Amino acid sequence: MPSWVILEKCDGCKGQDKTACMYICPNDLMVLDKEKMKAFNQEPDLCWECYSCVKICPQQAIDVRGYADFVPMGASAVALRGTEDIMWTIGFRDGTIKRFKFPIRTTPEGKAVPHAGMNTAESDLKKPGLSTEPDSLGFELPTIKK
Amino acid sequence: MAQFETVEVSTDLLICGGGMAACGAAVEAAYWAKKQGLKVTMVDKATPDRSGAVAMGLSAINTYMGVVEGENTPEGFVKYVRGDLMGITREDLVYDIGRHVDGTVNLFEKWGLPFWRDHETGKRVRGGKWQIMINGESYKVIVAEAAKNALAEMGDKGEVIDRVFILEPLLDGDRIAGAVGFSVRENKIYVFKAKAVMAAMGGAVGVFRPRSVGEGLGRSWYPPFSSGSSAYFTIKAGAEMTCQEVRFIPVRFKDGYGPVGAWFLFFKAKAKNALGEDYMVTNAAELEKWGPYGKVKPVPANLRNWLGMLDVNAGKGPIYMHTPEAMAAFGDAIPDEKARKKRMKELEAEAWEDYLDMTVSQALLWAGENIRPEDRPSEIAGAEPYFIGSHSGASGAWCSGPEDLAPKEYFWGYNRMTTVKGLFAAGDACGASSHKFSSGSHTEGRIAAKAAVAFIVDNPSEPKIDKAQLDAIIERINRPMKLFEENHAKSSDPNINPAFMKPRQYMHRIQKIMDEYAGGYSCAYTTSAKLMEKGLEKLAMLKEDSEKLAAENLHELMRCFENIHRTAQAEVHIRTMLFREETRWPGYYFRSDIPTIKDPEWRVFVNIAMDPKTGEYSLKKIPVIELVK
Repeated sequence: MPSWVILEKCDGCKGQDKTACMYICPNDLMVLDKEKMKAFNQEPDLCWECYSCVKICPQQAIDVRGYADFVPMGASAVALRGTEDIMWTIGFRDGTIKRFKFPIRTTPEGKAVPHAGMNTAESDLKKPGLSTEPDSLGFELPTIKK
Repeated sequence: MAQFETVEVSTDLLICGGGMAACGAAVEAAYWAKKQGLKVTMVDKATPDRSGAVAMGLSAINTYMGVVEGENTPEGFVKYVRGDLMGITREDLVYDIGRHVDGTVNLFEKWGLPFWRDHETGKRVRGGKWQIMINGESYKVIVAEAAKNALAEMGDKGEVIDRVFILEPLLDGDRIAGAVGFSVRENKIYVFKAKAVMAAMGGAVGVFRPRSVGEGLGRSWYPPFSSGSSAYFTIKAGAEMTCQEVRFIPVRFKDGYGPVGAWFLFFKAKAKNALGEDYMVTNAAELEKWGPYGKVKPVPANLRNWLGMLDVNAGKGPIYMHTPEAMAAFGDAIPDEKARKKRMKELEAEAWEDYLDMTVSQALLWAGENIRPEDRPSEIAGAEPYFIGSHSGASGAWCSGPEDLAPKEYFWGYNRMTTVKGLFAAGDACGASSHKFSSGSHTEGRIAAKAAVAFIVDNPSEPKIDKAQLDAIIERINRPMKLFEENHAKSSDPNINPAFMKPRQYMHRIQKIMDEYAGGYSCAYTTSAKLMEKGLEKLAMLKEDSEKLAAENLHELMRCFENIHRTAQAEVHIRTMLFREETRWPGYYFRSDIPTIKDPEWRVFVNIAMDPKTGEYSLKKIPVIELVK
């Protein structure tokens, strides 16, 4: 079913103009039922299982149940995404649990500096040199002799 | 029915899309536009943090030269891409990516993307000749952050508008004048007036019937939200399109569509048929039939597919990726038991990370089937066809090359400008510039953005908006909801009504036509002139029926136009395959009526364009010019 909302955990992001899952879903699938104050996936069979909603949910109220077309029942993949790494807990059909942790970024959130303080040698708009070059390249831009 | 409010946005450069190419365009445009006092607007159907093909993340960067490390050169990259595309590629565009891409990758690392580094040498770990391994769960989040920060640095001259779906180009004679879209969250139609427009709305998914049609319909290999908007937008603007026949068939882990690249290149795993035969060895003689390209190393992706498909067609499936042997070989190379155990543990984590970073569904499938890669092999299979100019396919708009590289036949003033003045393309939107992947698409966005700023400086006049054209588009946007409103009460079922069709059913119809007449997976990727002619007849009626698409809400309205976009991609695909009288990319598609390659007669680009005034298509051959010897 792809992503589904755990009713007892979802608080509808407390009635803000949109929920976190609505903000992030790349396929516009998540919507809020304003009467129940619960979010839901309006088109689960067009869900890519990208986990963007799972990772962003402040209540950890979204889970994914593998596509019933081809995934046998009983598997789970639970993500806990922090500011520096992500922890995955994989549950097998046979009950085995595996846990993995991977880094996700090396800079503080929000602090990606676009041109990274690098100089740009080129000033001519018609020439091929891009911003931050050649600093970002580490070599002079080559060409093919015609 | 809710009335749409019309919002007008005037800008200098309009970037349509929010994926890797669009974010590259934003970062680069911000630098050059700021110097010129120009405004840049990025408009995304979703929100850039998680939009486009990298939304979920990636486990590798597939295009990195390593020029400083002495690993590769742009010339070597051109030779590789030329071979992989069976001789047909724009070498000026490919070289251009190759010479800039390392700078892009170095910026990613500065922004905070973690790279695998060799414990001893400190060097980036190669996943293959052109690939480097990353911890890429947040790849897109980080790249989008840099793009948003770059636009924010421009103050009121930079803006990101999200959840607006771009539908149609606006034209002023032979020049682009802007674009029209609507908000998928509010009753607002957006009219963008711009001096230059960048198409970077991704590839096309869901044009062909997928293997999974229940809940798994959304488990496409490329994202289901890439719905052919780049192709539609550029076609509708009258731009010449290239390589529309060069679709891509990913052979991936079956059903979950987990990546195979790391298994083949990093783990050195072998794929074998059910009898334990390596089809690359047993079917090697087949390579002789495909001209000089059968002798290229590495064997082109479509020919690798083809050799496997021959075994599937001969009843020798399933095909398995032999993961246990590959992992054991790593262990066998380490004599010390403690060190071996440690390495095996790392390898297990690396194997799982490959999926968890970019295809969590595959991890769920492994867990659901109790598969541990060190113990049991996994099935691989060909997926449904995709249109993805950034990968091993090549479809996209026909763009000008860079002045210093492009022969005169491939140059018309501004790098990555389409044949429509002021309309630029990057990433999946730019054709014949394959193997860009994520880093190359971002790079191409940067290249195109700088050129677009140059275009604006040279062409500072405000393009005129044709009111009649705009009114027609606005009427078109309103129609699906109006149609539903006026007719739904006549039926007990909101989805079944003689007066209209819902987008979901329309999507199933286009997918069925394409699968059965244009060489989808259920027909073993095989078609013929007779089948394609029949397919075009059916598509013509489907296009007529697109006028009767109905929507209950904004979300469904988005689905209506996504499917209209897919239809344009479908039509140019069939027309181009029909025009090309040979089979050049077996493994991507096979023409049963002309089953051989015809070199040099057909070693040409096929370009197709629609006349925006008449709606008529024209096709032509364009010579392939080699630049790298």
